Order: sequence, then structure tokens, then C-alpha cells
Amino acid sequence: MQADLNVILPEILLSVYAMAALLGAVYTGKDRLAPMLVWVTAALMAFLAIWIGMGGSGTRTAFGGMINDDGFARFAKVTILLSAAAVLVLGQDYMERRGILRFEYPILVALSVVGMMVMVSAGDLMALYMGLELQSLALYVIASLRRDNLKSTEAGLKYFVLGALSSGLLLFGASLVYGFAGTTLFSGIIAAADGQTPLGLLIGLVLVISGLAFKISAVPFHMWTPDVYEGAPTPITAFFATAPKVAALGLFARVVHDAFGGVVADWQQVLAALSLLSMFLGAIAAIGQTDIKRLMAYSSIAHMGYALMGLAAGTAFGVQAMLVYVAIYVTMNVGTFAFILSMERDGQPVTDIRSLNLYSKAEPGRALAMLILLFSLAGVPPLLGFFGKLYVLRAAYEGGLVWLAVAGVVASVIGAFYYLRIVYYMYFGDEGSTLETGRSLVQWAFLMGSAAVMVFGIINMFGIETMAQAAAATLVR
Amino acid sequence: MIGLEHYLTVAAALFVIGIFGLFLNRKNVIVLLMSIELMLLSVNINLVAFSAHLNDLVGQVFTLFVLTVAAAEAAIGLAILVCFFRNRGTIAVEDVNVMKG
Repeated sequence: MQADLNVILPEILLSVYAMAALLGAVYTGKDRLAPMLVWVTAALMAFLAIWIGMGGSGTRTAFGGMINDDGFARFAKVTILLSAAAVLVLGQDYMERRGILRFEYPILVALSVVGMMVMVSAGDLMALYMGLELQSLALYVIASLRRDNLKSTEAGLKYFVLGALSSGLLLFGASLVYGFAGTTLFSGIIAAADGQTPLGLLIGLVLVISGLAFKISAVPFHMWTPDVYEGAPTPITAFFATAPKVAALGLFARVVHDAFGGVVADWQQVLAALSLLSMFLGAIAAIGQTDIKRLMAYSSIAHMGYALMGLAAGTAFGVQAMLVYVAIYVTMNVGTFAFILSMERDGQPVTDIRSLNLYSKAEPGRALAMLILLFSLAGVPPLLGFFGKLYVLRAAYEGGLVWLAVAGVVASVIGAFYYLRIVYYMYFGDEGSTLETGRSLVQWAFLMGSAAVMVFGIINMFGIETMAQAAAATLVR
Repeated sequence: MIGLEHYLTVAAALFVIGIFGLFLNRKNVIVLLMSIELMLLSVNINLVAFSAHLNDLVGQVFTLFVLTVAAAEAAIGLAILVCFFRNRGTIAVEDVNVMKG
């Protein structure tokens, strides 16, 4: 028992902290405590990330195999915790000045991060479901955090209805898997789904995959993404674009490899189709967008397509490529949202990309950093985003999905157009009213830091390649 | 004799009714919440039927978790709906359209 609890000590710490902070804030300062809570939560998450990252290697299981603590879970947890901490700190200034920094915000983020940590270490359908719901329920609430604002509540409502539908699909699939495998443990399912697989198990697998595809907003389950990204307050959009995607992809990889690793051929085509559709829809639908938050929504749909391409390869190298890709994606998005958060005019936030007209003349340094990030998002060599794409393309090629790799290159060329359009506005646009961006030092630091990572990361990717390799090796046996 | 197939058929029918309720309903967001509840409860029928069939208690434990989560989900859904109603003044599905998409 003690050993089991030791395995989930980080999750216990974070959830106890969240509950204590909730009680403490309600009985004392309420919203006056919110800025302090944001920093404390971010610091705790960063501490937990370091603790998990430095912690032992090897694999531990707890509660009869329901929770795994292996290299894969640790890699995903460190990425989730660091990105959540970064996003919390990033948005603080923005939310405080607009009076929407409520004390519930850091607490809900902490709770959803607990859910994500359970998701990536789940070894059982029940642990999977509870982690997913803890994450989703917290996310529904923070999407509508600005409860006096029509767009924010509508975003929350749409996210809730479609998210609940996806949970229902996933759950129905899980019940079929349980019935036909006779167990909810992944280790039992992989034994049942070997060789001669019952049809019910396959139907269950497809339903689980559709539920998960909803969570990572892969086409054709993407329709909530642009509305939720546009409607939610920008710091919360930044959160949606980072940590939950890592968690859902981690869970996806866990389900297909840990539970259904014996029937790769059965899910490979499904994932390849999801990946293909996401890449193309993300690239094409983003062209007509003028709102930068909607544009980032389509951008994240396309990026999820590439990450799925790595997973669709069905190999250990594919999982490694997915992990590297998603780590790079999160870093790029933190930097890009640091810039979007700083965009304002007369104290009001601006999200129209045409407001960036001739921005480079006013702020050459920031414009250059944004240029690097946009090129990296588009996958222009020699920036880090290019190497991320190269990685997944290689994984698809080696996994025998040559057609998917070719389609990925084509989609990437189409997708480059809308990133370059923003660059065009920044450097060659028309004279227009000016944009103010220079208020927050934290946002500046994240923007510059992220751009620097995109440039200097190409030397050795800061060693995440070997870490991702070790992580993938624990998942794919 | 009522066997496993009958329970699975009922559960699948309820689940499909729930999904159709989500997509075909044009009237009221409350009906959407009811459809979601129907989907989750049909899963419970599935789980309990499998649990009895397999002689394995795990399915019933799972059911208890699902029931709890469904309650929490309904609470959050209604809370968001109340906030939306205060801003929009209506809960008709076709009026959830400030953002296109």
C-alpha cells in the first residue's frame, strides 16, 4: 500500500495543494490572493516537473497495474507540468488587468493537470476514464471563466456538449472492450487482443479512438476547436493549446500501444486517415481566417495531424517522433501565445492579424522573434519545427506509410502560406494604426526564450531525443 | 430467457437515441444534457450486463465511477448553461451561434 502511494505521490501532492488552496482562498482573501496563487501553483508544478524528471528510471506499477510510472509517463508529465506552469505565469498580467483573474483559475488548472498526469500514466480503463474526466471537467469550467461574457460562456457550452459526447463515445467503447476482453487492465486487454481479435473488441477500439480524437481535435472531430479557442480568454486558449494536447496524445499512445499493441494493423489505417484529414483541413481552413486565435486553432489541428502521423507508424521510433514533435510544438505555442497575449491597442486586446501591419518598424526585436516562431510553426528549415516534422515524416516512411509522408509534405507547403501571410503583414503591410505590445516583461521573456530555443535547439535539441527514445522504449515492447 | 444480447441491444439502442438527440435536436440545450445522460446510462447497462455475464465485479465498480462522473458532469453543464442564459437570454440550440463554426 505504501509503495502504491509512493508511485502517485506527485499527483497526491498537487491535488492536496489544490484543495487546501481552495479552502484557504475561500475563507480568506478570495480574488486578492489570485496573483500569489498563480505564482505558487506555477512554482509547485515546476518543482514537481523537476522532481519527476530527476526521479528514478525504471518502471513501477501501482494498484494492481492501474497506474504505471514508466519513462513514457515521466516524459509526458514533465512536458505537461512545465507547459502548464509557463502558461499560468504568462497569462497572469493579462488576466489581472482585465479583472478576470479569479482565485479559482490556478486551482482549476492544477486540478486539470492532476487529471492529465493520471491520463498519461493510466494502465486501466477506469484510471483512463477518471483522469480524462477530471481534466475535461476542469477545462469546461475554465473555458467559461469569464462568466459575464457571451463568447466565453458560449465557448464553454460548446466545449461541454461536444466534450461530453466524446466522453460518451469513449466510455461506450471502453464498456465493449471490457466485455470482450473480460478485464479493464491494459495488460489483460493486450493478451486478449492478440492474433484472433473478437469483433466487439475492435468496435470498442474504434469508439475509444474516436473519443480520444475529439480530445486532441483531430478531423473529423475538430469542430469545437476554433470556437472554443476564439471564445475563451486568451491565456486559457494558450493553456488549451499546450498541456491538454500533450496529455491526450500521451493517452492515445498508451491505449494503442499498451492495450492494443498486438493489433497494430487494425488501428494503423484509422490513425493514418485521422492524421491525413487533420493535416489538410488544418492547412486549408486556416487560410481564410483573420482572427489569430482561430488561426492558431486550425494550426493546432494541423499539428495534431503531424503528431498522429508519428503514432500511426506503429513503431517505437514513431512514438519517439511523436514525443519530440509534441515537445517542440508546445514550446513554439508558448512563445506564440506570449506574443498574442501582448497584442493590444488602448488597453484592449486585439486578435485581428491585420493589426500587425508594419509591426516590424515599431518593434523590430519582437517582430523578429515572432518571425522565427512562425517559420518554425510552418516547418521552414533550419528551425526546430522543421526537424520535428522531419522526425515524424521519417517515422511514417520507415513504418511503411510512404503515401502519408508525401501527403504530410504537401500539407506542410500549403500550411506555410498562412503563417507567411502574418509575416507579410508584419514586414510589408500597409500603414495602419499602431499596436502596443511592450507591457509585460514575462511575456517578452517567454517570446524571446521560445524563439531562441527554435534557433539554438537545432544543435542537439537539448537532449530530448535520447529522453524521448528511452520513453518510447518503455511503451512499445 | 433474457440473455446478454438483449441487454446489449437495449444499451446500444439507448446510446444511439442519445447521439441522435444531440444532433437532431434543434430546440433546447436542456435536451442536449438529457441526451448526454442517456448515453452515459446506456453505458452503465452495458457494464452491468457484462459484469453479470463474466461473473466479474470490475464492471460494477466501473458503473459506480461512471454514475459519479455523470452527476458531476450534469452539475457543471447546468452551471455553464445558467451563465450562458444570463448573457444570451435564451437557451435555444439555434441561438448558440455568436461564433460561426
